[in-house]
Amino acid sequence: MLNVDLAVIGGGPAGLAAALEARKNGIEKVLILERDKELGGILQQCIHNGFGLHYFGEELTGPEYAERFVEQVEEQGIPYKCDTMVLHLSRDRTITAINRTDGLMKIKAKAVVLAMGCRERTRGALNIPGSRPAGIYTAGTAQRFVNMDGYLPGRKVVILGSGDIGLIMARRLTLEGAEVRMVCELLPYSGGLNRNIVQCLEDYQIPLKLSHTVTNIFGKERLEGVTVAQVDSSRQPIRETEEYVPCDTLLLSVGLIPENELSREAGVPLDRLTSGPIVKETMETCVEGIFACGNVVHVHDLVDFVTRESITAGRCAAEYIRKQKDAGSVPGEDRKTGGSAQDQNKDVAAEAGCQSDGIQTVASDGIKYVVPQYAGRGEHPEGLKLFFRVDGIYRNVRIAVQCDDHEIYSVRKRKVAPGEMETLTLKPELLGDLNTCSELRVELVSQDK
Amino acid sequence: MVYDAAVIGAGVTGAFIARELSRYQLNVCLLEKEEDVAMGTTKANSAIVHAGYDAKHGTLKSLLNVRGNALMEQVTRELGVPFKRIGSLVLAFNEEDRSVLEQLYQNGIQNKVPGLRLLNAKETVAMEPNVSHRVVGSLYAPTAGITCPYELALGAVENAVQNGVDLKRDCRVLDIRKEKSMEKGQENFVLTTEQGEIRASYVVNAAGVYGEIVSEMVQERSFTIHPRKGEYLLLDKSQGNLVHSVIFQTPTKMGKGVLVTPTVDGNLLTGPTSLDVSEKDDVGTTAEGLEKVRKEAGKSVPELPFRDVITSFVGLRATPDTGDFIIEASGTVKGFLNVVGIESPGLTAAPAIGEYAVDLLKKEGLPLVPRGDFQSVRKPIVRFREQTDEEKQRLIRENPLYGNVICRCETITEGEIVDSIRRPAGARSLDGVKRRTRAGMGRCQGGFCTPRVAAILARELRIPEEKVTKKGKGSELLVEKRGSSC
Repeated sequence: MLNVDLAVIGGGPAGLAAALEARKNGIEKVLILERDKELGGILQQCIHNGFGLHYFGEELTGPEYAERFVEQVEEQGIPYKCDTMVLHLSRDRTITAINRTDGLMKIKAKAVVLAMGCRERTRGALNIPGSRPAGIYTAGTAQRFVNMDGYLPGRKVVILGSGDIGLIMARRLTLEGAEVRMVCELLPYSGGLNRNIVQCLEDYQIPLKLSHTVTNIFGKERLEGVTVAQVDSSRQPIRETEEYVPCDTLLLSVGLIPENELSREAGVPLDRLTSGPIVKETMETCVEGIFACGNVVHVHDLVDFVTRESITAGRCAAEYIRKQKDAGSVPGEDRKTGGSAQDQNKDVAAEAGCQSDGIQTVASDGIKYVVPQYAGRGEHPEGLKLFFRVDGIYRNVRIAVQCDDHEIYSVRKRKVAPGEMETLTLKPELLGDLNTCSELRVELVSQDK
Repeated sequence: MVYDAAVIGAGVTGAFIARELSRYQLNVCLLEKEEDVAMGTTKANSAIVHAGYDAKHGTLKSLLNVRGNALMEQVTRELGVPFKRIGSLVLAFNEEDRSVLEQLYQNGIQNKVPGLRLLNAKETVAMEPNVSHRVVGSLYAPTAGITCPYELALGAVENAVQNGVDLKRDCRVLDIRKEKSMEKGQENFVLTTEQGEIRASYVVNAAGVYGEIVSEMVQERSFTIHPRKGEYLLLDKSQGNLVHSVIFQTPTKMGKGVLVTPTVDGNLLTGPTSLDVSEKDDVGTTAEGLEKVRKEAGKSVPELPFRDVITSFVGLRATPDTGDFIIEASGTVKGFLNVVGIESPGLTAAPAIGEYAVDLLKKEGLPLVPRGDFQSVRKPIVRFREQTDEEKQRLIRENPLYGNVICRCETITEGEIVDSIRRPAGARSLDGVKRRTRAGMGRCQGGFCTPRVAAILARELRIPEEKVTKKGKGSELLVEKRGSSC
């Protein structure tokens, strides 16, 4: 058994920032576990620029952004293990992991940061009918083939979904000499960042077909074509608009799902709206000593915000470890790990724990989700930062925060869209009487859609 | 050389015939038109080991179903293939259904199906709390079970190859004629294939939906086989516990209806639809078909969480016009055996069909002298994720490739993938690796592991990565190698 103070699962931007921040806050025994052959996570294949504008105030490529953190990890001498897969995490923070040189390891941590990121939604999740030929990839898989392995996956490409990776890949494949026929988006608006629509599609005259979807897939061995149709207001294809588009490649950029299999095994309660762990503003989950940050919590558009959130997780995990040390107890030792059936009940119990020590944040009218889901009842010397997404495109709206039925904050926005994560900070003075609150509701008012 | 027997078609039927033949001192070849075995009906079906109450008493189906079910434990143990005897329930929703169940029960008793019981609504819901509470009764068959059809076929083929059978993949049979044998002074068959001419004294037609085409190469048409399409939805493992046994609806003349079942890998499977189609390779799913599965399955289990669907697929049943399996020596051409029309319960029956078909060949004059060195056991690919921590540790020590997880959803290691490529009848494509190891079958459906498995295939097969295919020639994953990006 390897004993550490803090184990960080995932060496992407979230894990790196959390590990560094914990070290800055005096935690010596930190260990980062990364399944890929190098640190940096998905940033390593994002060779385009646009990273770091918020956090560093300059424009970096993905690998450059990652490198700034990797260098610090090296300088600080924070241990990490690459090519290492975590197989299991238990509630008492015992990690089972394997790699080629250490074999199977058990790691006992005083605190854990979950930073596993997210995965892409697939064709199966969409249930696109048709055959199953080669040439259908998620945008991220295609990105890896092109940017990491140096292969062109196809020459005539249709992209379904206007998520950011899809938009980026439209440009990337065009630059590699492929012909990107179109990007189809089921919704009447794009889920990607506006800057990507301009820089990746408009600049290359790639049509963005809103309210369109792929209705059938053709080709036995390799993809030969797809049919594309417009959809009605209930998102059902309008048959008369069906059009056959010859192509050898279909890229899917239809959403990202936080990767929470380990969290589930550890009995960490998840939020159905975000598919990520329910967290307090310290980024602690409802299971004591297990923190989470980055895309494993909720899918971000900008890595800069991942970094900020992860710094909070690292700092608070450090504080948690210090408190436990001061109190002279080894957290979690008294607990036993249960079977999965028991764990399910523990989920509920754990969430009740979250509820009893915090004020729940609630996504109300026009808001898809709010993170963190719980705010502590104590002092908030630095204020309380809320991250959220709206559920549609709205113009000239006011976003309000209600403490029960009492509005404590509001801000006007010219335009909000689901593709861009919103954030607001409640200043400490606003939070004075939070203790009397039963919930903090975020909502859109005076909307005109 | 002249083979003693050539088996055409390496689906689960051909696989078990070849395995059965490999028990004897014979030269046998197994010919498959696809790049891998188990690519037709065997690849995509409900994966059910049927109890045997359904097939009409007195038919070949009923006989071989019950025999196959009884053999399944031993066969799956020998071949290292998963099999779980989880039992099945046929649900009745009205009095009419209930009278059909009564008939099925009586038929099952005649077929000597063990342990059949008619349950009332309360007993049914007590056994499966998530089935529709509109249920009025059910037929419980404790001997029904689930397996993995392509693993079963792969296991049988590998075992046959271990015992000397020549497997030839990418070897479509184009024509069959008879000639006077030079060696033996008697007639033998000449099969014109994509890999040249192959000679054999006996030929077994186990060509599935192509069975009538192969048969017509040697004899007059005496039956027709038409493809009947079935669409399925597969749900994530998080839903694998929704039901614990195979849940059928009361059957109609088009088949056993839409079922809901756990799979041996812990997923939840629902389907199939049943639609007669004209094309023998029409394996595209349709919006209507999948909607139908959702609707019909919902009648049995109302709370099915279809947002957890990870993939959908189509299977083609080889439906004969005779209503029964056609397993018989040709009346006109000596030495030619048809084993066709193997629709459900063909998977269950396969081991029994193997025995039955070889027995027919014996009656046709094929001499069966047992081999002294027949190996009945096939060692399966280690399932790393199912091992204890100690066993995992040992595996990695002995072969560090087991310490490298390639498919993270299913925890499939490089050790398993390399084994799947190097073993007898090994994988040669991404889908081949997937069927043997489950790499790419999880919730991300290969998003993460595809580039990694492709790289391993290229290395192991000593081919450039852009030649690696999804499922054989023409399905290359990549179109061009660019300059290294590093």
